[in-house]
Amino acid sequence: MVTHPSGRRLRARLGSFLQYVLVIAIVLVFSFPILWMLLMSFKTQVQNLAFPPVIIFTPTLENYQNAFVQNPFLKFSINSFVVAAGSTLLGLLVGAPMAYAVAHFKRQDMAFFILLARILPGISYLVPWFIIFNTLQLIGSYVALILTHLTVGLPIITWMLIGAFEDVPSELEDAALIDGCGVFATFRMIALPLTTPVMISASIIAFIFSWNNFLFSLIIAGPDTQPLPVAIFQFLSYMNINWGGLAAAATLVTTPTMIITLVAQRYIVSGFSLGAVKG
Amino acid sequence: MEFKPPAMLPDLNDWMSTKASGTMNQSVVKVSPFSQFFRNSTRMVRTRNASFVAMMIPAVLIIILMMVFPVLFTAYISLHDWSAATVKSPQWVAFANYEQLLFSDARFHSAFLRTIYLTAIATGLETILGTALALLFHREFVGRGLWRTLLLLPMVTTPVAMSLIWLLILDPSAGVVNWGLRALGLPLGTWLNKTATVLPSLAMIDIWQWSPLVMIMVLAGLSMLPTEPFEAAAIDGATPWQTFWKITLPMLRPYIVIAVLFRLIDSLKTFDIIFATTQGGPGTASETLNLYAYTTAFTYFRLGYASAILVLFFALILAVSLVLIRLRREPW
Repeated sequence: MVTHPSGRRLRARLGSFLQYVLVIAIVLVFSFPILWMLLMSFKTQVQNLAFPPVIIFTPTLENYQNAFVQNPFLKFSINSFVVAAGSTLLGLLVGAPMAYAVAHFKRQDMAFFILLARILPGISYLVPWFIIFNTLQLIGSYVALILTHLTVGLPIITWMLIGAFEDVPSELEDAALIDGCGVFATFRMIALPLTTPVMISASIIAFIFSWNNFLFSLIIAGPDTQPLPVAIFQFLSYMNINWGGLAAAATLVTTPTMIITLVAQRYIVSGFSLGAVKG
Repeated sequence: MEFKPPAMLPDLNDWMSTKASGTMNQSVVKVSPFSQFFRNSTRMVRTRNASFVAMMIPAVLIIILMMVFPVLFTAYISLHDWSAATVKSPQWVAFANYEQLLFSDARFHSAFLRTIYLTAIATGLETILGTALALLFHREFVGRGLWRTLLLLPMVTTPVAMSLIWLLILDPSAGVVNWGLRALGLPLGTWLNKTATVLPSLAMIDIWQWSPLVMIMVLAGLSMLPTEPFEAAAIDGATPWQTFWKITLPMLRPYIVIAVLFRLIDSLKTFDIIFATTQGGPGTASETLNLYAYTTAFTYFRLGYASAILVLFFALILAVSLVLIRLRREPW
């Protein structure tokens, strides 16, 4: 069979067109719940329950107003931010030196411990934590929340940084050591600057996982320190499903992580794929 | 331990590696080539190692307080009958909780099977779909970066929040999915509301959220594949189908297995989406081990029994992970 050259080119062009249609269709399917959430958040309860669904309507901001005025969503957002940022910073502060030391001692068995931390069901921490923080009178405090969320971020940060520190050329560190730098100075002046991109990746991922965490906050948070995921869950039961209100709340909860992803996509991808390449 | 004879200058790499391959043991450090040149080297190295150990202390303390102690406590309390609903202190019952769980607790057995079922569908489809997505998004097309980024969004959304949105989307009477099905003249789904469909529906939410993660990990693998085997295959006239099955897939295997490992561990532990949508219902139709442990601990306050569930649950995840790690290392 002889294919005419222009016919082949036409077929290739058709192929890449179909491929493009497929790409767009897939992205639409995966974005649909997010788009639908946005749409619902601008609708009234009547519009949300309309059947067939209304696509064209005059958007209302009432749901968002209710979230901030009738419910203390600003406070919940601040709680979420304090806990996620606090646990990420603390994770970096204790995790980076730990990772540096582990990389120095070349302890491969650390990998297994970090895997163990991932395997352990989070619920098994809850009862002992409750007892610890109850004894310390810290139940419902930011300190307790930050410490519990640290168990999410610390393994991620340590794991990613061990790999990064191992990749720092040892000549540089040796030179610093010979020049009389101590371990801490070498760590601060050589290792840290060279691993900044990995540190950013690890921090972003630790922040997102802490922001999204529900289970730990559900048990440890108090009424004043409730982060968003717990707050939105109670929103559901209070309101007897006010669809628009729920969608507005969900949008508020999940928008920050999506914006971070859109802005820092490079760091997120390298962070998540590091697990595949290094593991 | 092997050492090179002292050279004119200390071989730093050698020094680093001998020390590293040993432990913090001082005797290893004492005979390092460094000591041939610096009289104080032993003390220097010792101080240095002490600094490294000091750097680990804060993290180790946190790990002991927040992770090691809770785990040991859970294992210990699983050997007790302890109800937080009464003032009675924990009673030592040895392995009675485990006996009851393994031999007479039908609810535990169903929860176990549900956990396996949910994990199998979710992880299986995520792996296939994620790999397919990676192959598609590895190809060249306009705006690839943007499309890829948009595809990542489900992964970073808050699971509880999105689960509640799914609850509305999948609502049998007013949800948009059933409206779409009706418009197309297809039979309507019962989704999260019926025993038969609840687990596949939960799996679908998990697949929506986490297939992109598998995609990222496989994409990382694709970008690291060498080009020579593909050129050789092209020269030998292999069809795209043959190239995929005989070259691409085998070379991607380590990346896919790691993605499966991560997804498997997290799918077994799925909690947020179930708790936010069905709370284990209807009835106990979507009660997985994690949910059962949670209910036992925080609704019935049977802390000893819940701890025993968690220990068995942990053993299950560990066993599955170890099998998979072995699969990754060994040739097929």
